[in-house]
Amino acid sequence: MLIDVHAHFYTDRSARPDWRERNASRLAAGDRVGITIHVASILGTWGRTSPTYFPSPADLTHANDALRVLEREHPNRIRGYVAVNPNFGAHAEREIRRGIAAGMIGIKLAASRRADDPLLDGIAELAQEHEVPILHHIWQHRRGDVAGQEASDGIELGRLAGRHPRVSFILAHIAGGGDWLHSLHAVRELPNVFVDLSGSGVDGGMLEACLDAVGVGRLLWGCDLTIDTGWAKLRYLEHLLSPADRSRVEWKNAAGIFPADAFPAD
Amino acid sequence: MRIDVNAFLGAYPFRRVPGTSPDAVIRAMDRVGIDQAWASHLPGLFWRDPTEGNAWLYQTASREPRLRAVPAIHPGLSGWERVLAEAVAGGTPAVRCDPTFYAIDPAGAAMRQLVGACGEAGKLLVLAVRLEDARQRHLNDAAPELPAAAVRTLIRSHPAARLLITHAHRGFVEEVHFGSTPPEAARLWWDLSWIWGPPEDDLATLLSTVGPDRFVFGTGQPLRLPEASVAKLDLLDLGPDQRVLIERGNVESAVG
Repeated sequence: MLIDVHAHFYTDRSARPDWRERNASRLAAGDRVGITIHVASILGTWGRTSPTYFPSPADLTHANDALRVLEREHPNRIRGYVAVNPNFGAHAEREIRRGIAAGMIGIKLAASRRADDPLLDGIAELAQEHEVPILHHIWQHRRGDVAGQEASDGIELGRLAGRHPRVSFILAHIAGGGDWLHSLHAVRELPNVFVDLSGSGVDGGMLEACLDAVGVGRLLWGCDLTIDTGWAKLRYLEHLLSPADRSRVEWKNAAGIFPADAFPAD
Repeated sequence: MRIDVNAFLGAYPFRRVPGTSPDAVIRAMDRVGIDQAWASHLPGLFWRDPTEGNAWLYQTASREPRLRAVPAIHPGLSGWERVLAEAVAGGTPAVRCDPTFYAIDPAGAAMRQLVGACGEAGKLLVLAVRLEDARQRHLNDAAPELPAAAVRTLIRSHPAARLLITHAHRGFVEEVHFGSTPPEAARLWWDLSWIWGPPEDDLATLLSTVGPDRFVFGTGQPLRLPEASVAKLDLLDLGPDQRVLIERGNVESAVG
C-alpha cells in the first residue's frame, strides 16, 4: 500500500483551463507509481475568485463539495482533507463538521493565518474532537512575509503543536522550497508533528536529515505538485530503509494518524 | 546507454551533501543505471579562479572512464583561451561557465567572446541556470540565477555557438526556445533535471512543443537525487527511440 498524504485536485471553477487534464494526470501517474490512496485538498478556486492562500468561505465550500464528489467517483483512490480558512471561524467549524460527517479524514490549513495564532486553537480542538490530523502548509524557514501568503514555518507550527499535544500535525512538503534543515530542527522534539516528504525538491542529503531528525516513525510519503520527485524519493528510500521501515513511511505511519477506517484494510 | 550531462564532484560550500566523492558518484550512477556522467568540479564554481579545480578533475576522470571531465572556463581571467585549448586537446565533451557565480555579466563581452571561441572550436558550452531552489539558498549564496535573456543573447552572438543549459524550468526553456529562430534553437540543448513531470506534465508538454531532439538526460547529482530524472522518463509514454534520443542520442549529436 502507498498513501500520498499531500495531493491536490482542481475543479471547473479553478483558475486554470486544464483542470481536467491535471486531475486525470495525477490519477494516471499515481497508478504508474503504485499510489493506493491520494489524500487531497482543494484550495478554493486556486485564485480565480479568491486568493489560493486566502480562500473565501464560498470558494472553500465549493472546493470541499467538489472533493467529496471526486471521492465518490474514485472511492478506492481518493480521500479528502477539509480545507478551511481560520479567519472565518464559524464557517470553518461548519465545514469541518460537515466534511468529517461526510467521510473526509483530515483538515487542511494553508496560509491564511499564522500557525501560532490563537485563532487556530479552535481548529485544533475540532481536530482533536474528531481525531483527524491537520496538514499545515509550511514555508521552510520563513525569513519575512511571503507574498500572497500568511505563511508559517516549522517553529510557528511547533508552537501550535505544543499547545495541542493530542493532535497530529503534518508539516507540509519538507521538499517544497525553503530551508528544510531549519524545519527539521524546529520539530525534532515534537512527537505530534509528522514530516511530509512531498515537494519538488530532491536534495541529496535531505532524506537522511529527515530520518536523523524525526526518525522513520514520523515520516509520511507524499507528492504535492510533482509525482516524479515523490517517486524519486520513494526509490531512494529503498536504499536507506529496510522493507519494514519503508512500509512505515509508505503507509503505516499515515494509517496511524488518520481515522481507523480511512484506508482499505491491509 | 544513459549519459548524465549534469553531475558534480566535490563538496558544496553551503550545506552538507553526502556522496560527493568520485567513488560515491559512481555508486549513485550504478544505483540508477547511469553509464557515463559529465562531471564538473563543484567547489571550483565558487572559487575566484574556478579553473583551479580543473587539474584535479582531469586527473580524476583519467582514472575513471565513466566520468568525463567538463572543465570550467572563466572568460574574465586572462589566459582563458589556453584553458579552452587544453579542453579541446583533452577531448572533453564540453566546457562549462557559470557567469553569475563568477560575478560577471552573463551576456557581456567576455561571455560572448567565450561563446564564439567555443563555437569555433566545436566545443559545447554548459551553463547552469541555478544549482539550488532560490527559496532554500544560504543567505550568503547570493549569485543571481542565469537569466533567460542572457541565453538568448549568447546563442545569437555567434553562428557556431552551441549551448547546453542545465537546471532550467519549463518557462525558461519556452522563453528561450520560442525567442530564438529555428537555426538558433537548433544549437541549444536542455537537460531535464529541473522540469516537472506529472501532474503538471511540463516535460511532456515541452517534448511535444519544443521537440524531443532538444532534451538530454541530466541529474544535478549529488546535489539532487539522480532518481528524479529517471523517474521523469519512466512517467512519460516515450517510445524506445525517443528515450534513446534523450538518454544518449541528442547529446552525442550536440558533441558532434
